[in-house]
Amino acid sequence: MTLPSATLDTSSQPACLRITGDWTLAHYASLKRDSERLRAQYAADTVADLSQLGRLDTAGASLLAELLGAERLSLCTDELPEASRALLRNVYCSVQDYCIPVKEPERNVLLLLLERIGCAVGALWQDSLQLLGFVGVILETLLRRALQPHRWRWTPVVAHIEQTGLDAAPIVALLTFLVGAVVAFLGATVLADFGATVFTVDLVAFSFLREFAVLLTAILMAGRTASAFTAQIGSMKANEEIDAIRTLGLNPMELLVVPRVLALLISLPLLTFVAMICGIVGGAVVCALSLDISPAMFLSLLQSDIGVQHFLVGLAKAPFFAFLIAAIGCLEGFKVSGSAESVGAHTTSAVVQSIFVVIVLDAVAALFFMEMSW
Amino acid sequence: MSGQESVIEARGICNRFGRQSVHENLDLDLYRGEILAVVGGSGSGKSVLLRSIIGLRRPNEGQIKVFGQDLASLREEQRSRVERRFGVLFQKGALFSSLTVTENVALPLIEHAGLSRADAEHLAGVKLALAGLPISAADKYPASLSGGMIKRAALARALALDPDILFLDEPTAGLDPIGAAAFDQLILTLRDALGLSVFLITHDLDTLYTITDRIAVLSQKRVLVAGPLAEVAQASDTWIQDYFHGPRGRAAEHAAVRAGQER
Repeated sequence: MTLPSATLDTSSQPACLRITGDWTLAHYASLKRDSERLRAQYAADTVADLSQLGRLDTAGASLLAELLGAERLSLCTDELPEASRALLRNVYCSVQDYCIPVKEPERNVLLLLLERIGCAVGALWQDSLQLLGFVGVILETLLRRALQPHRWRWTPVVAHIEQTGLDAAPIVALLTFLVGAVVAFLGATVLADFGATVFTVDLVAFSFLREFAVLLTAILMAGRTASAFTAQIGSMKANEEIDAIRTLGLNPMELLVVPRVLALLISLPLLTFVAMICGIVGGAVVCALSLDISPAMFLSLLQSDIGVQHFLVGLAKAPFFAFLIAAIGCLEGFKVSGSAESVGAHTTSAVVQSIFVVIVLDAVAALFFMEMSW
Repeated sequence: MSGQESVIEARGICNRFGRQSVHENLDLDLYRGEILAVVGGSGSGKSVLLRSIIGLRRPNEGQIKVFGQDLASLREEQRSRVERRFGVLFQKGALFSSLTVTENVALPLIEHAGLSRADAEHLAGVKLALAGLPISAADKYPASLSGGMIKRAALARALALDPDILFLDEPTAGLDPIGAAAFDQLILTLRDALGLSVFLITHDLDTLYTITDRIAVLSQKRVLVAGPLAEVAQASDTWIQDYFHGPRGRAAEHAAVRAGQER
């Protein structure tokens, strides 16, 4: 097999471009080099000789079209088989009105950095406004529906309670049990230096009742439920189901958002309670095993030292977390546009935002409760 | 037909999903250089057949030979070499959503043909032009394209490596009639120019009348008839009669006859 090539034959008058061999994708790089070199050399009256052209594919045809141009091609293709001629004609016509667009020149990195920071700040502001607006709409819908008990949709609420509450109970219980045990171990180690290991009981109970139970549960829910809400609503949005709901004269807020918010408002406090119990049990197990504080003694210490207000302080935060997690999850779902990729991006965003909001709100609440000395 | 060379030879294909059987003892040939249309009712297993042939699904029984080689028995690298001679246009385009249209077409050129990025993108531009995609769409992401543009971009990607066999899964579904007719002509031109063998799944009767050489009717879990349009349309099966001689079939036939007279 002869290697494909293009050579300029200047012995005859006018000069002749000889095209030989298979002009196919396999030889693209070398052919492109050849033809770029030749393009600069040959004169306007050069003719082309395609009689020794072998196989031709689109890649070769596009090179030939660029090398020879339309008029010359139309003159010399007579001896080619009909198929190659059709291919050349097609490729030429398409290439003619198609050139690769010029890429924008690279801009200053510093400017790009500034621009991205600006965009990020703008987006953050817009997101916050949107979230506040969405919270407002949810509250409005909730209040309006509260006056019309016959239009409450209990079935989806119960279904979502099962998904977000019951199904999450095992993982919440296990996780808080382990964290409770770890906190007790930490307390036992540090407090042993002061001979005050008995205060491990207070440590576990205080931390779980006030902070850990609700915080751990909320973070778990943010990862598990906010993402699920975004994915559910987002895939409906991508599938135009939300639009279908609207055109049927139904309200997606009422149909999709309110049941999810209500479900999480019910299940998160319940899970928080489970988390409190499990964390304290985890602490009690460690106390019994390594500190010789029997469960009975643990309970009596708990009863005498820990006031009920700590339990209430912890539990009071749960509905707020629940509301925000559900709102963020649903809102991100509504922001999904078209593609499956966008569902993934917004799911990630929902988890990050809701964990962020939960921790910020918890910090603010801690300050507030401290100042109120509750 | 016996004198022609088969590029794809499917023999005794059985495909089952659990207890439900889609194909039983199905035989089908694709000859070199022809446009074969596979038609059949919804759920008759047209897409499953396509997936079996291109190796995305291993049939429960039977053998599929491509260019005389049994794909299932080949080693990984040989198989990949054969599969490079396939160009597949999926029903919804299946463009990579994280790449621009040009990058989508350039990807196989870079990976398999070993071109530099600049060369590959230049050639991708040619393929996109060949597929009739406007230049403004080249740097867009698939999410911002219309259905017709996605089809064209996906066709450009299927043609990237100048395949020998082109598989088209409902190429004209979702296109407007003008776009669909242009797409039909495009396939015809490309077939003539590139010597492609085309395996086409379609519901579009106009496509059947204008560009196909042979039609295979998939029904009752096998290929009921396969042959030129005139032959298939005469078959006595009621489903085939309804298909070709129903109101839509008649309209498409009239249109094809009229177009033939004008030529």
